[in-house]
Amino acid sequence: MTKQSVFFKWFFLGIGFLFLYIPILSLIVFSFNDSALASSWSGFSLRWYKSLFEDQALLSAAWLSLKIAVLTATAAVFIGTWAGYVLVRKGHFKGIGLYIGMLNAPLVIPDVILGIALLLMIVEIRNITGFPASNGIFTIWLGHVTLCVAYVSVVIASRVRELDRSLEEAALDLGATPLKVFFSITLPLIAPALVAAWLLAFTLSLDDVVIASFLNGPGFTTLPIEVFSRVRLGIKPEVNALATLFIVLVGAFVIIANHLQTGNTKNESNNDLRP
Amino acid sequence: MKTASLKRFLPSQNILAILPPYLWLVICLLVPFFIVLKISFAESTFGIPPYSSLIDIKEGVIRLAFHLEGYILLLTDSIFVGAYLNSLKMAAVTTICCILIGYPMAYHIARSSPKTRNLLMLAVILPFWTSLLLRVYAWVGILRNEGLLNNFLLWTGVIDTPLEIYRTDLAVYIGLVYSYLPFFILPLYTNLIKLDQRLLDAAYDLGAKPWQAFLKITLPLSKPGVIAGAMLVFIPSVGEYVIPELLGGTNTYMIGRVMWDQYFTDANWPVAAAVAIAMILLLLVPLAVFQYNQSKETEAQ
Amino acid sequence: MSEVRHPAPVDNIDEFVKLVDVVKIFGDTVAVKSVNLSVRRNEIFALLGSSGCGKSTLLRMLAGFEQPTSGQILLDGVDIAGIAPYKRPVNMMFQSYALFPHMTVEDNVAFGLKQEGIARNEIHDRVFAALDLVQMAAYSRRKPGQLSGGQQQRVALARSLVKRPKLLLLDEPMSALDKQIRQKTQIELVKILDQVGVTCIMVTHDQEEAMTMANRLAVMTDGQIVQCGTPHDVYTFPNSQFVASFIGSTNIFTGRIVVDEPDHVLIESDELMRPMYVNHGVSEPLGMEIFVSIRPEQIRVLRDQPEDETNVGHGMVTHLAWMGSYALYQIRLDSGKVIEASVPSIKLAQEDAPGVDDEVYITWEPDSGTVLPS
Repeated sequence: MTKQSVFFKWFFLGIGFLFLYIPILSLIVFSFNDSALASSWSGFSLRWYKSLFEDQALLSAAWLSLKIAVLTATAAVFIGTWAGYVLVRKGHFKGIGLYIGMLNAPLVIPDVILGIALLLMIVEIRNITGFPASNGIFTIWLGHVTLCVAYVSVVIASRVRELDRSLEEAALDLGATPLKVFFSITLPLIAPALVAAWLLAFTLSLDDVVIASFLNGPGFTTLPIEVFSRVRLGIKPEVNALATLFIVLVGAFVIIANHLQTGNTKNESNNDLRP
Repeated sequence: MKTASLKRFLPSQNILAILPPYLWLVICLLVPFFIVLKISFAESTFGIPPYSSLIDIKEGVIRLAFHLEGYILLLTDSIFVGAYLNSLKMAAVTTICCILIGYPMAYHIARSSPKTRNLLMLAVILPFWTSLLLRVYAWVGILRNEGLLNNFLLWTGVIDTPLEIYRTDLAVYIGLVYSYLPFFILPLYTNLIKLDQRLLDAAYDLGAKPWQAFLKITLPLSKPGVIAGAMLVFIPSVGEYVIPELLGGTNTYMIGRVMWDQYFTDANWPVAAAVAIAMILLLLVPLAVFQYNQSKETEAQ
Repeated sequence: MSEVRHPAPVDNIDEFVKLVDVVKIFGDTVAVKSVNLSVRRNEIFALLGSSGCGKSTLLRMLAGFEQPTSGQILLDGVDIAGIAPYKRPVNMMFQSYALFPHMTVEDNVAFGLKQEGIARNEIHDRVFAALDLVQMAAYSRRKPGQLSGGQQQRVALARSLVKRPKLLLLDEPMSALDKQIRQKTQIELVKILDQVGVTCIMVTHDQEEAMTMANRLAVMTDGQIVQCGTPHDVYTFPNSQFVASFIGSTNIFTGRIVVDEPDHVLIESDELMRPMYVNHGVSEPLGMEIFVSIRPEQIRVLRDQPEDETNVGHGMVTHLAWMGSYALYQIRLDSGKVIEASVPSIKLAQEDAPGVDDEVYITWEPDSGTVLPS
């Protein structure tokens, strides 16, 4: 590479990464700002962290969101893995076009459409059957799972595609039924992807404002809804404190996970045939 | 040994495997869509639920009532038409910006050594895992009149009075590009690393200059990646709600906000439904492009 | 329930595996066009052909991963065409070995036995018996990623033999190995299979592999079997130009029958100086165009014109390649045709052998040529 192209490379990358990270840094920096305004630095302070932990509304919203996120991620991984595996391995069945369309839809369709669509369906069902009696954890969970299944299926499908088909065929050949093959061969080999998908679904659920707003019920506030309603009005340093904690946690987690994964792929590549 | 028949092995096994996820998708995606369609033809009423029923059976007469007011409103009221057009415009500009910023980034990351590019992609993905809501909120703090950016520019003397960015279209653009940039980079990156370096080596060997090789080989081959990324940015941007709500002004009318207001503020469910249907119709072409591109890619694999 | 090997009924020995009119159509493509084949018990049978000829499809139908569009696949008298792969007494060794990367060698080999519900200690005994057979018992705790290609192959073999299948399928068994160890491995593999006594059908594109390992082979092209027989028969008596050039290399001369006797024929050819003499009768009539195949090792290269009245050609040496144990001559005949002749190195050293650009005569014995019908 010429000196010129090296310069351009780091110039573009530099600007891009600056753009991506300045907001994150500003959140962190100003969470320690003594003043309530983000305009000037008036000294290092932990007061916002203190008030964060005394903020009952935020804390209970956070707890609710965590619960929903765990339930969502688990259900989404279950359904999404099934959906993604079927997509790759059962290749050509009648109606596969519609299947793929429906599976990919939540990836691109704006959240507001998903939100209102699910809400209206739930209302109609309530009209006819009386269930669910009111919106709440169940309806939000339903909405989040619908959203996350699409993402999970993409992750799982791409992993299954990479999986050597002859491994599954060999297991069949040795006498294992298709179900047995899935659980003793396929699943262990795609396990890391399942974990990644679970985390992805967890994150998406934890961060969703729109769908939760539509499917929310009285007395329920998720963390994003609570945060959103506050920041609509302006700067709230407690939110900065929350954000910093969140970023640090997630950042550490992602780095550890990546470290583990590159360790894993090193092991996998040793499985390649060596002369 | 019992001879199991051909039928036992193939269709029923497969159907058992395919049906459950298929059913889930139909129930949670297809059925809601049709219900939205149905309600968009209803009339806004008082009561629970706040819309009329399409089928009315009274004294042995079945009456089918399709109310078109919702759609007529969409077509005639300038707010709606304006919002749709504005949304398309903003989404398009966002997409172009993402391409301009994201392509060079993805390109240079893909051309780096495997170790470097893993680190770089990690750096690109990392923000994605932290809450989008919080990061958009961060821009509020940066773009406000008393925010980080203005303070910095004032401090360096570049400007004398604060720039009004917060609560304008520009802030929304910044927010949109910021949020959707990783969505563009990722599919493009996946596409670019599959590009065989040897193709480029062969081109250089035959006398092509780097920029020629780029235009004639890299660019065309990266087209599916660009399309996938562009659609992943464009389509959701059209219906964005959170970003224009947090960063935009009162006259930044995007269709997502309009629909939200119809439902939450005006409690006009039929119109909200009509807006949603219209949005889907509007997005049908890009959606089709996305689907087509994806199915070509999966076939290629 | 473990499969008990019972002795096959007498009439099944020659047709232990029998394919009857097997056809496979994928959409618009006919991959296999009505194949008929019989494989003897305990025989090693090779399906030989280049890629796309249908041999892999045939193998997959035997394993159960594809269903024939029509036809029967009989194993020990039973039509297995409709039976799922996990219910067939057939095991396959895959081209990539397909060892389960997350299991140890021992668990890999034990996998098939576990599916049969056999008792733990019997599994253990049989697994280690199989590993001893391939000399991999010491590696039982390793994972496939820690083994070399050759070692992985042996584990794959043990895994497919441990269930004592009625039929063993090998998919391009040597393709993943380096050329140097291939021949040794081929012979080793045959010894193991003979020792165990299992019927084996293998698929390969490498004709040397087929010739080395198989008791009988079938040459396939374009979805059909064109010739079937022992390696010697197929090599020495190819039934067509295709088989003649596919197995080993050969020179094919074209000519017209000018003398047609019950015990010999004379074939006039524009490509040669003298007519060709073949020492047996042919079924084709006088005057018909016919092809004669003569292998490079059957051709003698001489400086001086031989006295023979028949089987002589004249030309110039265009290339001489030293191959180690033999030398390969490329000779352009006066007619323009280019032929190959291989001469053992010993002979080259003894005589005053011709070199490049030398004029030479070629000749061969009356029984060397094989007449090809097409």
